[in-house]
Amino acid sequence: MTIDQATVRKIASLARIAISDAEADGLAGELNNILGWVEQLGEVDVSGVEPMTAVIPNQLRLRDDVIDADPLTGGNRRDDILANAPEPQHGFFGVPKVIE
Amino acid sequence: MTDLTNLTVAQIRDGHRAGDFSAVEVAEAFSANVAGAKALNAFIVETPDHALAAAKAADADRAAGTLKPLSGVPIGMKDLFCTNGVQTTAASHMLEGFVPRYESTVSQKLWDAGAGMLGKLNLDQFAMGSSNETSYFGNVISPWKRNDGGPNLKERAALAPGGSSGGSSAAIAARLCPAATGTDTGGSIRQPAAFTGISGIKPTYGRCSRWGIVAFASSLDQAGPMARTVQDCAILLENMAGFDPKDATSLDMAVPNWEAALSSDLAGKTVGIPREYRLKGIDPDIDAMWDAGIAMLKDAGAEVVEISLPHTKYALPAYYIIAPAEASSNLARYDGVRYGLRDLPQGAGLQDMYAATRADGFGPEVKRRIMIGTYVLSAGFYDAYYTQAQKVRTLISRDFTAAFGTCDVILAPTAPSAAFGLGEKTSDPLAMYLNDVFAVPASLAGLPAMSVPAALNREGLPLGLQIIGKAFDEQGVLNAGLAIEERAGFTARAEKWW
Amino acid sequence: MSDYRIKGETGEWEVVIGLEVHAQVTSNAKLFSGAATAFGAEPNTQVSLVDAAMPGMLPVPNRECIRQAVRTGMAIEAQINKWSRFDRKNYFYADLPQGYQISQLYHPLVGEGSLHIEADEKAGIAADKVIGIERIHVEQDAGKLMHDQHPTMSYVDLNRSGVALMEIVSKPDMRSPAEAGAYVRKLRSILRYVGSCDGNMEEGSMRADVNVSVRKPGDPFGTRTETKNVNSVRFVMQTIEYEAKRQVELLESGGTVDQETRLFNPDTGTTRTMRSKEDAHDYRYFPDPDLLPLELDDAFLAECRESLPELPDAKRARYEAAGISAYNAGVLTAEVESARWFDALLETGAEPKAAANWVTSELFGALNRLGKDIADCPVTPAQAGELLGLVADGTISGSIAKQVFEIMLETGDGAAAIVEREGLKQTSDTGAIEAVIAEVLAKNPGQLEQYRGGKEALFGFFVGQTMKAMQGKANPQVVNELLKKALG
Repeated sequence: MTIDQATVRKIASLARIAISDAEADGLAGELNNILGWVEQLGEVDVSGVEPMTAVIPNQLRLRDDVIDADPLTGGNRRDDILANAPEPQHGFFGVPKVIE
Repeated sequence: MTDLTNLTVAQIRDGHRAGDFSAVEVAEAFSANVAGAKALNAFIVETPDHALAAAKAADADRAAGTLKPLSGVPIGMKDLFCTNGVQTTAASHMLEGFVPRYESTVSQKLWDAGAGMLGKLNLDQFAMGSSNETSYFGNVISPWKRNDGGPNLKERAALAPGGSSGGSSAAIAARLCPAATGTDTGGSIRQPAAFTGISGIKPTYGRCSRWGIVAFASSLDQAGPMARTVQDCAILLENMAGFDPKDATSLDMAVPNWEAALSSDLAGKTVGIPREYRLKGIDPDIDAMWDAGIAMLKDAGAEVVEISLPHTKYALPAYYIIAPAEASSNLARYDGVRYGLRDLPQGAGLQDMYAATRADGFGPEVKRRIMIGTYVLSAGFYDAYYTQAQKVRTLISRDFTAAFGTCDVILAPTAPSAAFGLGEKTSDPLAMYLNDVFAVPASLAGLPAMSVPAALNREGLPLGLQIIGKAFDEQGVLNAGLAIEERAGFTARAEKWW
Repeated sequence: MSDYRIKGETGEWEVVIGLEVHAQVTSNAKLFSGAATAFGAEPNTQVSLVDAAMPGMLPVPNRECIRQAVRTGMAIEAQINKWSRFDRKNYFYADLPQGYQISQLYHPLVGEGSLHIEADEKAGIAADKVIGIERIHVEQDAGKLMHDQHPTMSYVDLNRSGVALMEIVSKPDMRSPAEAGAYVRKLRSILRYVGSCDGNMEEGSMRADVNVSVRKPGDPFGTRTETKNVNSVRFVMQTIEYEAKRQVELLESGGTVDQETRLFNPDTGTTRTMRSKEDAHDYRYFPDPDLLPLELDDAFLAECRESLPELPDAKRARYEAAGISAYNAGVLTAEVESARWFDALLETGAEPKAAANWVTSELFGALNRLGKDIADCPVTPAQAGELLGLVADGTISGSIAKQVFEIMLETGDGAAAIVEREGLKQTSDTGAIEAVIAEVLAKNPGQLEQYRGGKEALFGFFVGQTMKAMQGKANPQVVNELLKKALG
């Protein structure tokens, strides 16, 4: 598997990272290097092996259906939610106009 | 009077309790060291006021007879933990200026236990790195220098403090704080501890809540303490661990009293030595240290057996699929909409804003990993890379389970080398990744593992030994660590040049 | 088989429809946080640090949301997966704070099930039909974007962000807009019976992604388009009609259908390509590492099953078995509130068939007139039962019952009290009735002669005159008997 510049551009676009031609060039080489190295995983016989799901045996706990039981995971904290917003607007987050 | 900054956490706690000194004196002494160590660049933000307020409370608590477990102990906080009202950056431009309105569970537990904060410690950006060179705020410089240079310490080559918890390791080694928090995804506590001659433990996955810690790779990230002694690690970990209903992967188990149960008597214990960790061409000092460690544990009463972890060589490649895949998704939230950097070129639309913001806000290593992660999850490659890696991870975990059928703990080097020079590996990402070869397997299996300083190499740089334990057996890890600590008698410290 | 066909220039086309219905799960708090889910709150007030995807925030699933999805699965007789997982669907959009939606791709909570739709000649559904359901999975809703508040900016409100949705995915089993409409109505009815979704399409509690393709009958499936977020039964049907026609015209003019995401415009009844999500097809799904697999135990499943109410199909069958007409049974079971009201009426001992007739004509008629829902019906089932009881035991006649009901609606008084107060009790007093009959016959000698001359149809006339003279209070059966005797 060789990653060319076009693939790098496609991945960068999926990841929403703007890159220059020079960066795309450099990244193509680096990614090929790294991915070439990880491809040795293909040697491992994994027949009958399940992918790891929980690294330590543990059960998924479920929360009770209670509003604002813990302020850290509850609502009604608009000021905190908007405190670091780059473009707060009347209680909303402002973003460049989106055309759907 | 003794220099308070030479005291361990236990000594500070006990001395404060006994009235030998006030907590304010301790906080001021460490804050002075912090202020005087700008050359190390260990802190992104210094918070002497926070430390002082906690110290005053500790002194008042002592007077009132209501001391807490960490009363009077100031610590450093890795800048990956969100701290209420104090800038939290993950060492990125993306989060420069971000001031959380909430406190991470682990840091909250530490404050509740009476600790104070000296500042937010530098790290590799988003905890991605093994040398602290990916920080947006400049690399941390290790207080250690090789003994092969000229007479002027300051002019000798600057060394890496390890990563990603390099601010933590450097600050402790330089006596800027007696202890600090770290996080470990693929060795980020253990490798910097080894590089700087201190101790650090990554507990079992799920012991410490991940809530409020900027996520790198969720299935691997674990917080843990870094300090100068095994006992200090036990004290800190007791006050960091614990069930948190806000983290679905948190372990719902009581926190043992690790400090009280510390014992370096290993009679009846078996130590496994993994054959596959004997790498060809490795620095002979590393092998020598390892052999010395084996002798120390035998001396402590343990039986030593050789074990096999057959899939060891695949751990790093599996890690470099799983961790970037999770990171590529975890870091998608940094989009310039709700917090952090926004880069909005003239006339740009939403998607252009994302691309510009993320190009500007992430450093090269973070971008590289996001790109790898995005690629391995993309259509057509998911099974070949991600699913395969998770299957290999199962095999790695099974290797450990099998090995622990014949031993109680595993002893290995923490890293394949001593600290390297800043800039030595930055041009070759792969070479940098390989430095985590011994640390990553335990991370993939979620096991508790710690590094303790064991020796100096020929260049006068510290080397660390790693102890890996069974799931939930932090005690076994700490006890073996203590046995080494007592026998290694590691007292070396970096000579001050900063 | 439905014979809905699009008549094109090259012949007839069949339309193939699959629906992905997003139903908001009824719960107090969101799927992964403790913020409230109520509709209509001030912007960004029902948002937790988790929902805003602040750094370091983690999801913990809400048990009630899982429970409701499981109960819904049981209601469509679907396979419930005791082991399921949450996956991340990765894409960038301003209404998606995490940069991914937590959903379930690889191991959904609910597997295959089915839903029955009934024949409806008027709507063009020739026969009962079973629509396959592929799966139900649980996922997070996104926030909301507002575009008309600022000339150069859109505004983001995250109140909906993280609200639990069930995505109910049908198989491509529908073949006409009417079938799709019936499917959505039936699904909505079941959700409301179960109580897992309020089915309120205006508030966005239920919306459908409509997958449409066309083909010549017998051909393999054509390329489909997906029209997003259609929020009423009528719009779903319009979308299908428009899309089917558009695709046929496109294909017949030599074009090809693009597999794409489209938007419905309710003002024009047309669809158009959605611009904003065009390049988002590679969602890079992978298991959410913040969450462990979801494992359900038998006790949890048993509680889900035991808490299920009687569902529309079963209720309908029970009504029909009790002698209620198929049509009335359908009407009574369509809405859970009506069915519950009717069941309460039956519990008073009312005779099912008469009660069904009365509810579907008298009660629904009155509610219609008053512009009220059954939920705020001014008469309780117990009061109605009392009224029907008076008819059944002969205390009042059917026509008097109408009069009593009107008074009940106005005053809220009980039927028996009204009958007593207004003196509306029916009489079976043969002496009194005979006296009135004699009077009636005396007043209408012409009709009497005609009747006796063989025009027996006039019997009804004499019944009417007698009843009228007795102000409707005579027992009709007794009147009949005595009239027959008197007319000899």
